[in-house]
Amino acid sequence: MAEVFFFLAAIGALAGAIGTVSLRNPFYTVLALVVHLLSLAALFLLLRAEFLAAAQVIVYVGAVMVLYLFVVAYVGGADDPLRAAGSPRLRWASALFAGALFVELSIAILGTGLTALGEEGAGYFEGFGTPAEIGRLLLTDFLLAFETASMLLLVAAVGAVILARRRTGLEDRQEISVGDLMRSGSRDTLTGGEAGTMIEVEGPPGR
Amino acid sequence: MSVEWYLVLSALLFSIGAGGVLVRRNPLVILLCIELMLNAGNLALVAFARAHGNQDGQIFALIVMVVAACEVAVGLGLIVAIFRRRLPIDVDELRELQG
Repeated sequence: MAEVFFFLAAIGALAGAIGTVSLRNPFYTVLALVVHLLSLAALFLLLRAEFLAAAQVIVYVGAVMVLYLFVVAYVGGADDPLRAAGSPRLRWASALFAGALFVELSIAILGTGLTALGEEGAGYFEGFGTPAEIGRLLLTDFLLAFETASMLLLVAAVGAVILARRRTGLEDRQEISVGDLMRSGSRDTLTGGEAGTMIEVEGPPGR
Repeated sequence: MSVEWYLVLSALLFSIGAGGVLVRRNPLVILLCIELMLNAGNLALVAFARAHGNQDGQIFALIVMVVAACEVAVGLGLIVAIFRRRLPIDVDELRELQG
């Protein structure tokens, strides 16, 4: 039974991957990757990685792919122009390189001295790959990796916001420069009526 | 199913992703192909975790997913910034950093 599920999921994953590489419309490309990721989650389940399969579906298919779809909709999912005319040779070289990479990896996998790879895999205990076990490992043996990952996520989120924000310069009255406030604040102070109003925030009038 | 099958499938998916990165020109699709490659690596990690009966590989795959999410956030931010500046969304045209 596991064989049937493996081949179904493998065919789904391969079809999704080929669709991702070959479809012209970026919108359909993202949808093909969704198929690929769902099939991969099924493979994770077959490998007794329950938590990882759930995280794959929720984080990847649920969050990251929606982000992709939003960006495709924002940038405009125009079809990739077929500009293969200039470089068909490069295209063939790329395909050849990918094929060579696969052959090399296959030789490495099938020619390995690790005899355990030809078997079903080692025995697993009760609760292998469940959220409880993964959580226990994350908070004991891999606490440093866990905390580093949280820091990395924070840095990436801040970086993405800074990269994607609108650059309008300081002429925009929405943006406040603390340096300007400090410099001009020493010369002309706010009158009593303005204190506590929004003028205070924007700096002295007539700046 | 023996673990070898999963590893060969992962190698195939990785090669497809690598070919996609080389062939496609849209940076969005190139990011998606990088996702393909990362996920192929994840599949190999989980397969090895199963082969050893040890969950460390699954933790590794989880951290790879976190790194992939970060990469997506920064990459999509870059693409939005490129779009805002009215530059072409094409990695062959964006070659000013090439020197």
